[in-house]
Amino acid sequence: MSAVIESHDHEHHHGPAEGLTRWLYTTNHKDIGTLYLWFSFAMFLIGGAMAMVIRAELFQPGMQIVEPEFYNQMLTLHGLIMVFGAVMPAFVGLANWLIPMMVGAPDMALPRMNNLSFWILPFAFFILLSSLFMEGGAPNFGWTFYAPLSTTYAPPSVTFFIFSVHILGASSIMGAINVVVTIMNMRAPGMTLMKMPLFVWSWLITAYLLIAVMPVLAGAVTMMLMDIHFGTSFFNAAGGGDPVLFQHIFWFFGHPEVYIMILPAFGITSHIIETFSRKQLFGHTSMVWAMTSIAILSFVVWAHHMFTVGLPLAAELFFMWATMLIAVPTGVKVFNWVTTMFRGSITYETPMLFAIAFVVLFTIGGFSGLMLAITPADFQYHDTYFVVAHFHYVLVPGAIFSIMAAVYYWIPKWTGNMYDERLGRLHFWLSFIGVNVTFFPQHWIGLAGMPRRVPDYALQFADWNMVSSVGAFLFGASQILFLFIVIKTVMGGKKATPEVWEGSRGLEWTVDSPAPYHTFTTPPKVT
Amino acid sequence: MSYQKYYVPDQSKFPIFAAISLFLLVMGASSTINSLDNPDSNAVYILYLGFTVFGINLFFWFKTVIAEHIAGLNSAQLQQSFVFGMAWFIFSEVMFFAAFFGALFYVRNFSVPWLGGEGEKGLANMLWEGFEASWPVMSTPDAGSAFVLADKNMSWPGWDHALKWLPMWNTIVLLSSSVTVHFAHLALKNNNKKVFNKWLAVTVALALTFVALQIAEYYEAYAHYGLTLNSGIYGSTFFMLTGFHGFHVMMGGFMLAVMLCRSVFYNHFDSESHFGFEAASWYWHFVDVVWVMLFLFVYIL
Repeated sequence: MSAVIESHDHEHHHGPAEGLTRWLYTTNHKDIGTLYLWFSFAMFLIGGAMAMVIRAELFQPGMQIVEPEFYNQMLTLHGLIMVFGAVMPAFVGLANWLIPMMVGAPDMALPRMNNLSFWILPFAFFILLSSLFMEGGAPNFGWTFYAPLSTTYAPPSVTFFIFSVHILGASSIMGAINVVVTIMNMRAPGMTLMKMPLFVWSWLITAYLLIAVMPVLAGAVTMMLMDIHFGTSFFNAAGGGDPVLFQHIFWFFGHPEVYIMILPAFGITSHIIETFSRKQLFGHTSMVWAMTSIAILSFVVWAHHMFTVGLPLAAELFFMWATMLIAVPTGVKVFNWVTTMFRGSITYETPMLFAIAFVVLFTIGGFSGLMLAITPADFQYHDTYFVVAHFHYVLVPGAIFSIMAAVYYWIPKWTGNMYDERLGRLHFWLSFIGVNVTFFPQHWIGLAGMPRRVPDYALQFADWNMVSSVGAFLFGASQILFLFIVIKTVMGGKKATPEVWEGSRGLEWTVDSPAPYHTFTTPPKVT
Repeated sequence: MSYQKYYVPDQSKFPIFAAISLFLLVMGASSTINSLDNPDSNAVYILYLGFTVFGINLFFWFKTVIAEHIAGLNSAQLQQSFVFGMAWFIFSEVMFFAAFFGALFYVRNFSVPWLGGEGEKGLANMLWEGFEASWPVMSTPDAGSAFVLADKNMSWPGWDHALKWLPMWNTIVLLSSSVTVHFAHLALKNNNKKVFNKWLAVTVALALTFVALQIAEYYEAYAHYGLTLNSGIYGSTFFMLTGFHGFHVMMGGFMLAVMLCRSVFYNHFDSESHFGFEAASWYWHFVDVVWVMLFLFVYIL
């Protein structure tokens, strides 16, 4: 990393405004980052409660607690909330907090638009959640909302769902434009692109993906709206359209979307492993190229979600090989993380525990992804719990663990207080055990043939479903502990130094803890 | 290197009002659409309210930004942020159209031929055995049992009828408007405001002409061709692609009209500082390029 020559601030600054309007009218990237992070936490708990309903229903075979119709609404909203309400806003919150400090900028490039990007979210999710109380219930067609389930057979609330996706998309696009512009235009003098911290790099690539694919999602839901209410036949074969067309458009958005949810995690992990190994990261440049390659490849692999839908053979082969190609840059990244740790002076503070767990468990999720990428094998795995296990391994101990790692790693910078290390480690181990007990057995019941998205199942899957549910309850409960730790840290604790960690590198560690309300109003010089 | 302070505005009320009005707008839109067959529904007033508040809020938001610029608060670096921001916004619009062009490409090359029994998935023909694939699809696979079939389509009528063909005139109008807006830009760079205003006014007039022609075309389609949103996949792709493009023409034309008003009534813009106009003109060129693609893939080929 680059050293800082001059980072003194000669100007006098106002602190934050008082009261509620501070948060409503704020243009400050740290305030907005905080809003995003708390919002994401709230959504994580709501989406998590829905997961608890799902696992409670699946605790035993037979219909136990909820009606199948309501079960479908729970699994749909669980997916939508976790993707659009929990993971994405958490990463945007981290971007808001960290990117201006990491590149030495006074704020995000377009501060008012930044506020709008955030405040759209609570309204969008209010609309989405209010559909639970509408006639016909909430959306019940899965987070992928395949036509015709989401068109011909959808509940009336689908219209509200469509419009809430529209404004969510607008929020994401504005947020992403803000990130790109901040990174392109606001870097401190001397910070060349290749000197940029990896979290910033990962977000530059993520933002590019967001701007490229969120409009495609908007197009998809618009076609749905027209098909449902205005007589078009995009997804209706009787009129010359094709329900498979929906899947193509959706996954053209959807596959880059899953990388949107993992690329910032790559950045976070790189920083944390570097710090706690007390070594410079191995292969900074190759990390950048690996992330870029992954982002480019993400546009040409979408149909691996659709192997069983009846694609031409050439498409099956192309998408299989393109998908397997992604393992190469991903392997580069895992290699670099391991090599960074190799012969490092490692200590195992909570962020490092989460980061190591990320590397190991995300790799497991990656391997099951490789299994799924093999077209003929996918014919067997498709739509089973194996798929559920796969994407939960990349999203929970992948994306979510990296977010938790980031919170533990940077919360001393945000609040000025150290978190309680003992409780942090307890939270880690409970989460680690919970996540594996929940999702590992799902590989087995999936390979044994249990379909996903069912409220009831054959008796032979009973034992492992019960184990999985117990793990889920443990994981769910341990997040209450996380909430407690965060609140405790905000309220007080051992004071943090500006560097916070012994091996920390980067501009954000040169400012006080907690970071002043305005940082780098005069840009630092980076060499 | 001398450093200019990057202006970070203090607290602002605009974003939260924009968010609230967007909320009203989409709640109103969803409720209105869900109660289209209920004449007693008042949901549309929520939509109007949201739209109005959104528009008013946007007006004052832009007004503030312009005032800040005139007051000299915007450093060169901050102006560069606007340039980047607009460029990436246009890229997102490109991707929105890409979704609809992708759908058109897919139905023309895959789903319609397959339904007609051609190609690797021609098995699909067993659904409606009499269906023969052609483009434009004049008879839907179900032979119109769930659709109202069109008598005529909008495709290229051949050179003999080219001059009586509205899309040809639309193309001429829009392509020349791209040239006129460029002339306006050149005049502005020479600090010739009079010529700038003139060419910009011509551009806005051409934009209005285009919209008028497109309204005439839609009227023809609905009244005389029987071509509607409900005519199967050809009508779906035709109206959604040209409709969204037309909507973007209106937005772009509106932006240019605002720039014209700013120039004429407030004497904004000079050869150095005119990014508001430049952004609108970029948008206008983008709209033009989309039309060229439409002309090729929707009308000609």
